[in-house]
Amino acid sequence: MNIIVCIKQVPDTSEIKINPETNTLMREGVPSIINPFDLHALEAGLQIKERVGGKVIVLTMGPPQAETALREAISMGADEAALLSDRAFAGSDTWATSYTLAQAIRKLGADIIFCGKQAIDGDTAQVGPETAEFLGIPHISYIRKIEEIKDGYIRVQRLMDEGYDVVESSTPVLLTVVKELNQPRMPSLKGKMAAKKAGIKKMGKAEIEADENNIGLKGSPTRVKNIFAPQVKAERKMLAGSPEEQVNLLMEELRKVKCI
Amino acid sequence: MSIAVKLDKCTGCETCLTSCPFDAIVMKEGKAFINEYCNYCKTCISVCPEGAIYEVEEISNLKSQISNLKDYRDVLIFAEQREGKVAQVAFELLGVGRRLADELGAKLLAVLLGAGESGAKELIKWGADKVFLCSDAQLQKFNDDPYADVLTKVINEQKPSIVLAGATPIGRSFIPRVAARLRTGLTADCTSLEIDKETKNLLQVRPAFGGNIMATILCPEYRPQMATVRPRVMKRGEYDENRTGEIINLKPDNINSRTKVIDTVKESSGISVNLHEAEIIVAGGRGAGGEKGFKLLEELAQALGGVVGASRAAVDEGWISYSHQVGQTGKTVCPNIYIACGISGAVQHLVGMQSSDIIIAINKNPEAPIFSVATYGIVGDLFEIIPLLTKKVKELRGS
Repeated sequence: MNIIVCIKQVPDTSEIKINPETNTLMREGVPSIINPFDLHALEAGLQIKERVGGKVIVLTMGPPQAETALREAISMGADEAALLSDRAFAGSDTWATSYTLAQAIRKLGADIIFCGKQAIDGDTAQVGPETAEFLGIPHISYIRKIEEIKDGYIRVQRLMDEGYDVVESSTPVLLTVVKELNQPRMPSLKGKMAAKKAGIKKMGKAEIEADENNIGLKGSPTRVKNIFAPQVKAERKMLAGSPEEQVNLLMEELRKVKCI
Repeated sequence: MSIAVKLDKCTGCETCLTSCPFDAIVMKEGKAFINEYCNYCKTCISVCPEGAIYEVEEISNLKSQISNLKDYRDVLIFAEQREGKVAQVAFELLGVGRRLADELGAKLLAVLLGAGESGAKELIKWGADKVFLCSDAQLQKFNDDPYADVLTKVINEQKPSIVLAGATPIGRSFIPRVAARLRTGLTADCTSLEIDKETKNLLQVRPAFGGNIMATILCPEYRPQMATVRPRVMKRGEYDENRTGEIINLKPDNINSRTKVIDTVKESSGISVNLHEAEIIVAGGRGAGGEKGFKLLEELAQALGGVVGASRAAVDEGWISYSHQVGQTGKTVCPNIYIACGISGAVQHLVGMQSSDIIIAINKNPEAPIFSVATYGIVGDLFEIIPLLTKKVKELRGS
């Protein structure tokens, strides 16, 4: 079974601060990490390989330095890695990114494709489903458990608002995963050695035979108009007194704003 | 369009480097250089103290991809149902959709799949002019393929200028397929939608980078302009018992799906976990101390008619299941009231709940960051405060 895991190198958004003067992000010293959800996607791929055999290919689209993320994935157990990098991919939105990934996946070939449910920088959760559409294959989002997998068939649990659905699908299929699915493993010593030596397959627009009109800014229907800092919450009220008094004050406040 | 650096003006101060949200600026021979990861957000232009960065207007080959954008007029919303009942988020979409349609002088259309005529009538009373209804029982359960097929067909026939859906597990799963198929833009999880007065384009505002920044997104050259909308942010429309509208019954030739829902399981323990639609959430963190603490929170939630949420710490401890988790790796919520009990307020938690209307923080530690986003703060022991509060609420509700 050929398993492709799509990963993204992202800034650790929990470490990001806003410059209060310019209202812009301060990236200084913010580490680049593998998108946390993608680690669960990789773990899912590795577990399936261990169960039914096959190989796991990690794929990322990003700048040349995203190679670090691929090597980290190899140290966790991925067999091969491919880096999609080209100046022509500049300014890709989710539509163009998905098109580009789909073109690469076609070249690599896959029975199952795993993605994290979303990346923590963009938070869109759109690239997985859009990629499946470009590939002409089904997808299932928010996978929390894989119940059964055999040739041409998969049955999973999909997280919904009030519980979960049990969903079956033919393969090839694309699955986006939530962190409840598994606990990602740590890199092994053997894996770290392999990561150092591993060759990374480089792919640009020519290798994936991309249509110029569908990639980069030109291929992207959306535009970022501007970026601004979120509004800060109105002033807070600290309630004082004994527990009883605090609760009474709170009830009063809530009654005033007609919430209770 | 592209962004360029005037090399003679650039002093190499690196101000732009650290402000770039996309890590797209590097230093080359002491000057700023913009690489391919530029998203054209123009932040660097605004921060450069030397005015050395500027926007290059290229002779546009970005002619409208669609021959006549003006053919696309109306506003269409996708109305979700759960077990045949119209979901709350649909009424919110009708609220914002009605406002946008009126501003554009256009009609408000709705698509309802897998529900009955009564649901369609409800949508009209809440603001829709026209409802496209497909009552086929095969559409009652959500599968991506048939939902995408039917919605794409309606969009192709009706040519709406704007398409909105809820940023729910359903909307965020199949709407991207529709956008990919229609070769148009889709903006995820919007918290504000406005019409640009001049261009009449839709200004789509959404949080990114874990809620650290907001971005305004446009889809200027493609139609429809599609967005998923965060539940519980938009106000519901106005209900009018006497409003009339048209119901169009869709009869798709064949309904096919490569995926199939074979079972739907509601989460056990009887506590509702529908955090997205809850008006009141009582959430616990490490300070709740264990299942006992969560029992108290559950009692308060029940008294208030709310649901129980949790921080990642509490979920990791195994006190409550992941489906209750609020925050960056859990759910993003915005109820009317969020009661944070024994939650210190790590930024990953804050981004998941800070847009709640009223935040009540109860924590022993007066320095806890949760107080920085709180509307009301109580420094104290939740094991004392919560039972008192539950009692008061019960008294009030009982009378």
